[in-house]
Amino acid sequence: MTLGRNDLLGLEGMSAEEINLILDTADSFKEISERPVKKVPALRGKTVVNLFFEPSTRTRTSFELAEKRLSADTVNISASTSSVKKGETLRDTAENIQAMKIDLIVMRHSAAGAPHFLAGLLDAAVVNAGDGCHEHPTQGLLDIFTLREKLGDLRGKRIVIVGDVAHSRVARSDVFGLTTLGAEVVLCAPPTMIPRDIERFGVQVETNLKRAIEGADAINVLRIQLERQKVNLFPSSLEYNEVYGITAESLAWATPECLIMHPGPMNRGVEISQEVADSDRAVILDQVTNGVAVRMAVLYLICGVGQKEGLIEEEVQSAPEENREAV
Amino acid sequence: MEAISKLRDVCDYAIANIKVVDPENERIFPGCVGVEGGKIAFVEEGLPEFGDKTVYDGGGLHLSPGFVDIHVHLREPGYEHKETIHTGTVAAASGGFTSVACMPNTSPAIDNKSVVDFILRKAKLSGFAKVYPVAAATVGREGERLTEIGRLVSAGAVAVSDDGAPVSTAQMVRRVLEYASRFDIPLIEHCEDPSTSAGGVMNEGFYSTKLGLPSVPAFSEELCLARDLIVLNAVKSKLHVAHVSTRGAVNRIREAKENGLPVTAETAPHYISLEEKDLETYDTNFRVNPPLRSAEDREAIIEGLKDGTLDCIASDHAPHAQEEKQVEFEYAPPGMIGLETTFSVVLTHLVEPRHLALPQALALITYKAAQALGIPGGTLRKGDAADLVLFDPTVTWIVSSDGFYSKSRNSPYIGRKLSGRVLHTILDGTPVVPSEAAL
Repeated sequence: MTLGRNDLLGLEGMSAEEINLILDTADSFKEISERPVKKVPALRGKTVVNLFFEPSTRTRTSFELAEKRLSADTVNISASTSSVKKGETLRDTAENIQAMKIDLIVMRHSAAGAPHFLAGLLDAAVVNAGDGCHEHPTQGLLDIFTLREKLGDLRGKRIVIVGDVAHSRVARSDVFGLTTLGAEVVLCAPPTMIPRDIERFGVQVETNLKRAIEGADAINVLRIQLERQKVNLFPSSLEYNEVYGITAESLAWATPECLIMHPGPMNRGVEISQEVADSDRAVILDQVTNGVAVRMAVLYLICGVGQKEGLIEEEVQSAPEENREAV
Repeated sequence: MEAISKLRDVCDYAIANIKVVDPENERIFPGCVGVEGGKIAFVEEGLPEFGDKTVYDGGGLHLSPGFVDIHVHLREPGYEHKETIHTGTVAAASGGFTSVACMPNTSPAIDNKSVVDFILRKAKLSGFAKVYPVAAATVGREGERLTEIGRLVSAGAVAVSDDGAPVSTAQMVRRVLEYASRFDIPLIEHCEDPSTSAGGVMNEGFYSTKLGLPSVPAFSEELCLARDLIVLNAVKSKLHVAHVSTRGAVNRIREAKENGLPVTAETAPHYISLEEKDLETYDTNFRVNPPLRSAEDREAIIEGLKDGTLDCIASDHAPHAQEEKQVEFEYAPPGMIGLETTFSVVLTHLVEPRHLALPQALALITYKAAQALGIPGGTLRKGDAADLVLFDPTVTWIVSSDGFYSKSRNSPYIGRKLSGRVLHTILDGTPVVPSEAAL
């Protein structure tokens, strides 16, 4: 089984087999980060550029650690938001980077479809680290990885996503991936934050938080962008917290086993209370830990080094010895 | 025989062995056309004797009145890197268009007499198509002050519009309609309610949700149109609705016409042939304003063309340089070229699926288009300018980015197969497009 693609642009259209291959690969990589020497030579000699057109601490750091733990050479580029404003087009930026003979670009961009545009131009592989309000496939994968780790088979599991679904790339990747794996996905938000015809992706929409989270196996709490108040998607953080906030009070509607996830960064006291964020049922930091393993798996599979059956296990198992010699 | 001997005395030359398509009279017949002094001398059935007159063999091609496109952006003055009056009219001729109306969103805008003079002079120098300038309704298209409509009309403007955007306010729509009625010219409205469309780059719906792109709801077009129709009902003047793209707008225009309002409307070839789902590759050549809509909207547009709610088809030819389009989807300027594909799209998407017969389909890009704007052209009457087009409806071709005469390449049809090809375009009796086939 190999990943049938050269780029990772989104989870939409990705088969359950492909998703499971990435998750299974991530499973075997997860242990590497637990070692005293957190490095395998899997991507030795490969060059990865992290091209971030939007500020990001968490995702960029997670990618960078994943690259380094696989022994890739990495370069970080933080560019201004809009290529138009910058005076150099995305095409030129990317072609210049490619001319320096790199293998893979990890890109974050505020415009939906920007990584698709890039993938069409370049020979180098492209991994989408978030494009506008479209997709954030590695976040989706790490959410699913975490859910699978805690809940096992996701078929029939009720996963509730609460927050600004309309403007969330995390929500879209989660929806595409989770529905492919057979989960029951419920989206909960004020009607102003529900994008048109989202039901056609096989999800339920429930604007009432109580009804949404009753019987939930997990709740993924999306970050509320406070600037959305300006365009009247919600009236105030206080009201949002009262109607949609995941708090000890609202969680009384859910079962005690229900997991709490958050892609970060959190607005404590707005979409999630301090108490819930720090509770035992919160798996928010597990998501962060898993993010590194999932990204290692994606980079490994995309770089094509894992194309041969069985190679993954071989490399991972033989890695510690090699590394001890190398270090 | 008497009729025929008369014929041969009154023409400089004739084209015979053709299938004449006469949209105005809804006819197709084997026949011939005589041209005298750049004007149509006769259109007759059959194959008469012409004596010593020059007779060109039409080789069985179809002949129609030259096409009329009442909505193109020639980009000059100000955006000559996208298109010039010369390249735009060569593209027009190549696509079978002998008359085009050019929109005022140039730089400077066509908001004063000297810009109209400039455009007409340039068009005449090029000589590839007749150009009818549409003047801005407000100075700088800024929605604040009326342009000198009287002076613009006397210079040659045939309509006013703030195209690219709607006229700013209901009050300004009222003033433009009132004032323009004195000169018997229409206001061409680009219907879009800015408060609901701001920032949007595609139609709102399943596909915008899927692609995560900022979207414009279909009702944005209808909202603005409703405003304009309410004003029109109070101020009897001429309103022409540009590039209708939604079911809601078609329904409102149908109702307005039933109520006797003086409204005409056009749609564009892309609204009968493409849909929002075509954006899935994020190809910026599919970004256009109004955006490509849903399958239901597309059906309603075709229905509107069939029942006459929509009077005509105009290309909304909107050239943009490749470097402007080769950017992230939402940064790309909206617009697609269309002069060289409109005829084939009409054939492929209206005639071949049998929505309309050939004469009725060509009516949409000939006399009905001309009538909507009150300009000449699109008919085959004796004494009309001999603006003619010869085409082969059976040829199929793959649209290629290096096959355009336009200065720009932003066509969504690149790589697609279309039916029907224009082979010769004749302007005032003179062929204007070089072609391998000898006429």
